[in-house]
Amino acid sequence: MVTPPTRAKPASRRPANPGHRILLLKTAIWLTGLGPIAWLTVGFFRGTLGVLPVDTIILVEGRWTLVFLIATLAVTPIRRLTGWNRVIQVRRLLGLFAFFHACVHFLAYAGIDQVFAIGYIIEDVLDRRYITAGFAALVLLVPLAVTSTKGWIRRLGKRWRKLHRLAYLSASLGVLHFYWKVRADTFWPLVAALTLAGLFTVRLAYRKRSPKKTARK
Amino acid sequence: MIIRTRRNSDIPSSEITPESAFINRRRFLGASAGIGAAAFLSRDAAGSPLSTRQDEEPNTWEEITTHNNFYEFGLDKKDPSRNAHTLVTRPWTVKVDGLCNKPGDYQLEDFIKPSTIEDRVYRFRCVEAWSMVIPWRGFPLADVIRRAEPHPSAKYVAFATLWDPEQMPERRWKPRIGWPYREGLRLDEAMHPLSLLVNGLYGKELPNQNGAPLRVIVPWKYGFKSIKSIVRMTFTEEEPPTTWATQTPGEYGFYSNVNPDVSHPRWSQATEKRIDGSRFFGSRRIDTLFLNGYADEVAHLYEGMDLQKYF
Ligand code: HEM
Repeated sequence: MVTPPTRAKPASRRPANPGHRILLLKTAIWLTGLGPIAWLTVGFFRGTLGVLPVDTIILVEGRWTLVFLIATLAVTPIRRLTGWNRVIQVRRLLGLFAFFHACVHFLAYAGIDQVFAIGYIIEDVLDRRYITAGFAALVLLVPLAVTSTKGWIRRLGKRWRKLHRLAYLSASLGVLHFYWKVRADTFWPLVAALTLAGLFTVRLAYRKRSPKKTARK
Repeated sequence: MIIRTRRNSDIPSSEITPESAFINRRRFLGASAGIGAAAFLSRDAAGSPLSTRQDEEPNTWEEITTHNNFYEFGLDKKDPSRNAHTLVTRPWTVKVDGLCNKPGDYQLEDFIKPSTIEDRVYRFRCVEAWSMVIPWRGFPLADVIRRAEPHPSAKYVAFATLWDPEQMPERRWKPRIGWPYREGLRLDEAMHPLSLLVNGLYGKELPNQNGAPLRVIVPWKYGFKSIKSIVRMTFTEEEPPTTWATQTPGEYGFYSNVNPDVSHPRWSQATEKRIDGSRFFGSRRIDTLFLNGYADEVAHLYEGMDLQKYF
C-alpha cells in the first residue's frame, strides 16, 4: 500500500539538507520530461526527423509515455527497497509527464497522422486491438491526472489509493499496445513487460510481508 | 529514349534526366495541355480521386533513398541509407533454376544487356500505408522470363534476396526471420508488361538501399512484394513460400494486391500518406486506389478470384 504523496514524514535519518536530493531529482525529471519535446521541435524544423516526421513523433512520444509510466510505478518499489521516503514527492510529477507525453502521442496520431478524420479514428479504436489497448490506457490516465491535486487527494481519502492503482492497468495496456504494434522485433515490448512485472512483484512482496504496518502509516 | 508503352494509369515516363529537370519537365507538362496531361485528365474523368496532375509529381531523390524498408540493413526507415553501403553489388550473379530450359548462373550484365532499358514513373504503395511516386529505370521482367524458357508446368516464379551476414549488419534479426528474404509471383503477374526488373532510379544507378543492383517492381502490389537485390529466380509449379506470408500469415497473403477494401489487421488500407515535402508535415492523406490505380491494366488477372480471401 502506498502512502499518498501528501507530506513527507519526519525522517528517521537526518540528511544535512533534506530537500537537496529531491530538488536535484525534480530538476532532472523536468529536463527529461521536456527534453523530448525540445528535441522533436528542433528536429522538425531542421528536417532531421526523417521523411515522415509524424511517424517519428508518434514513436518517440509513445516510448517516452511508457518510460514515464514505468518510472511512476517504480517510485514506491524504490522507496520500499531503499528506504528513501522522500522519493514519493516526485511521483506526481512523473505521472503527469506520462500523461502529457501520452496526450502528445495521441494528438500526433489523431491530428497529424489521421488529420482528425473522426470516422477512421473511431474505426481504429474499435477494430484494431493495438489501438484499442493504447486508447484504453490513455483514457484510464485521465481520471488519474485530474485527481492528482492535493485537493482531490484529501477529498478522496482512502479511495484515492484504490483509484490510483489503475496506473498499473494503464501501464499494462500500454505494454500490450506496444507488443501488438511491433511486427517482428518484440525485444523492447518484452523488456517493458518484464520491468512492469518486476515492479509489481516488489509491490506484492512488501504488501504480503507487512500489510497492516504499511497500510496504516 | 522512346517511351514504348504508355497506359492511362502509367504515369508517363521520362527521358534520362537529372532529378531537377525531371521535376521541371513534369511541372511543365502539368501546366500545359500536353499529351501526358491529357492522358491524366482522361483518367480523372473515370473517377480517380487524384484530381490534379501535380499530385503525382515524383518524390525527391532524398525522399526515395532515405525512407526504406530493407530489414537486412536495420529496422528504422533511415537504417538502410546509413548501412547499405556495405553491400557489394559487383560482380553480381543471379541464379536461374527450377522448371525452365535455360537454368544457370547469369552475370548481371547478361541479364540486362539484351533488354531495352526504359524509365517508368510508378506509384509505390507500402503496406504500412505510406506511398511515393518513383521514376524507376529498368526493363520488363517478362524479357528475362522468356529468355529462361519456363516449362509449361511452371506456374510461379520465386525470388530470393542476397543473404550475407558479412555485408548485412542486422544480426539481431537472424533468429526472427528465416533469411534470405523470399518473394514470389504468379507467372502471368510476372509476365505482365507493368512488372519490371529495376536497376536504376532517376536515370542513375539504383542505390543499394533501394535494392541494387537488381530488384523487382510490381506497382499494383504492396511494396514488400517488390523484392530487392535478387540473387535467385526459381520457376515452380506450386505457390512458393514467401517471407511475410510465412512469418505472419494472418497479416500478409501471397497476393498482397493494393486494395482499399481489405484492411490490414492493424490499420485501415483505405487511405495512405503520400509523402510530399511541400506539406508542412511532409505528407498528405489521399484515398488508396484499387490495385494502386492500375486496375485497368491488371484487374483481369484476378477475374473470378475473391480478393478478400486471396489477399
Ligand atoms: C498510455 C498510453 C500509451 C502508451 C504507453 C503508448 C505507447 C506506445 C509505444 C511504446 C509505441 C511504439 C513505439 C515504437 O515502436 O518504438 C506506440 C506506438 C503507437 N501508438 Fe501508442 N501509446 C499509448 C496510447 C496511444 C493512443 C491513445 C493511441 C491512439 C489512439 C496510440 C497510437 C499509436 C500508434 C498509431 C502507434 C504506432 C506508430 C507507428 O507504428 O508508426 N497510442 N505507442
